[in-house]
Amino acid sequence: MIEVVDLHKGFNGQEVLRGINLKVEEGVTLALIGGSGRGKSVLLKHIMGLLKPDKGKILLENKDVSKLRGRELRRLKEKFGIVFQGGALFDSLTVFENVAFPLREKTRLKSSQIQEKVLEELARVGLTGSENKNPAEISGGMRKRVALARCLVMNPEIILFDEPTTGLDPLIGKAIHKMIRSCQKRLNITAIIVTHEIPAIFPLVDRVAMLHNGRILAEDTPEKIQKSKDPIIHQFIHGELEGPLSVQ
Amino acid sequence: MNLIFTPFKIIGGSAHRFIRELGRMGLFLAESFFLMVFPPYLLNRVVKQINFIGVKTILVIVLTGAFTGMVLALQIYTTLVRFGAEAKLGSVVALSLIKELGPVISALMVTGRAGSALTAEIGIMRISEQIDAIDAMALNPYKYLIIPNLLAAIISLPLLNAIFVVVGVFGGYSVGVGLMGLSSGTYFGGIRDFVDASEILEGLYKSLSFGVLIAWISCYKGYFTGYGAEGVSRATTQAVVLSSVMILIWDYFMTSILIG
Repeated sequence: MIEVVDLHKGFNGQEVLRGINLKVEEGVTLALIGGSGRGKSVLLKHIMGLLKPDKGKILLENKDVSKLRGRELRRLKEKFGIVFQGGALFDSLTVFENVAFPLREKTRLKSSQIQEKVLEELARVGLTGSENKNPAEISGGMRKRVALARCLVMNPEIILFDEPTTGLDPLIGKAIHKMIRSCQKRLNITAIIVTHEIPAIFPLVDRVAMLHNGRILAEDTPEKIQKSKDPIIHQFIHGELEGPLSVQ
Repeated sequence: MNLIFTPFKIIGGSAHRFIRELGRMGLFLAESFFLMVFPPYLLNRVVKQINFIGVKTILVIVLTGAFTGMVLALQIYTTLVRFGAEAKLGSVVALSLIKELGPVISALMVTGRAGSALTAEIGIMRISEQIDAIDAMALNPYKYLIIPNLLAAIISLPLLNAIFVVVGVFGGYSVGVGLMGLSSGTYFGGIRDFVDASEILEGLYKSLSFGVLIAWISCYKGYFTGYGAEGVSRATTQAVVLSSVMILIWDYFMTSILIG
């Protein structure tokens, strides 16, 4: 279980997270929704230990992620996989080399075993035949799928998705959502998906949490979130211009 | 009251930012050298970066070296002739190149060609979250991005300096012997009489330290770049300007230490 307790974080004197409290049970897929630039990605990076909080704790297996250093922090990071917003593929490597990178650097597998695993993972995300292409030569949707393959190849226990379908057409977006769900079911991983794909994301997740003003405004099942009477949640998920939320 | 304190506030704020930045830069270099000791030793990445920093700069070094030697010989010859000391041309050209111009100009060339590219590449990796991706894989980005560049620059700079000096000496030879009519034996004899190992070591120490300076500043500016294309562009400009200025400042202090 991942537990975030009273998490605070600011940048250049501006407080982005103002006391986040959130629990994600094992094997659960949680969608994290909220306005743009409100700290959703910042929260993900804290959970993974990429950022240190100003105050508060992130508990994983009863250990505070923010207090871990060195080998312990590396061991924790090995449990995670993350799919970044733009894919974060290495420009200087091909699609194959990108997916093979963590295997080459983190395992002692033979190159034949690495090749087998990489090709298998690329086939799973529908990218057979694209192994020798450079990231610059493939589309946004393909880049996200390569990033997903690179993440899955290490068999993580927890996957964090930072806007995995932003900027993609609805069909590719849907295909990626389906891929995420099937991976989650097949491997029984815990997943947190930062997304703006509302309501498309609701059938795919077990829980939804809404981030507003640096805090978790609500965390519940997708059905209950959709029926919420809270004017902020109602306005946000229905995309209405009139209401307590202002467009900045 | 505000009018009195505002200048102090501005000066104090700037000094504080400068000292903080200097401290961060110091820690960045110290951490890089500390991590260099521990595995994994990514030798293939070091070789790749030697190719990028060193091999790909050879043409620029040969061109600048040749013309620096030629112009140096032209200027010095016209001065030496006034004192009837034109026989000393070879030694003066060689000493100027070995002790000063070789290390400094080759370092400035590497800064312009490779240092700026390093900052831009690392900066783009930062803003496109590629550095975060390395970190997320429980790997240390310093091992992949900083240490190979630092080692490659330390290895490449003395070699580039050596090429610069040799080409420069032959550039001087082409002017002194080919144009001015000095004998070949006089030109090279002067070099043999006046240049010894201590002079060559002085140039070597300088180019080694310039290698550290260039990689340190370029990698630091890229690693901690600002947001977006503007941030990377600003970091690249800062890296080139700061490296160039620091090379000249450090050269003065190195020279005064080595001479003293």
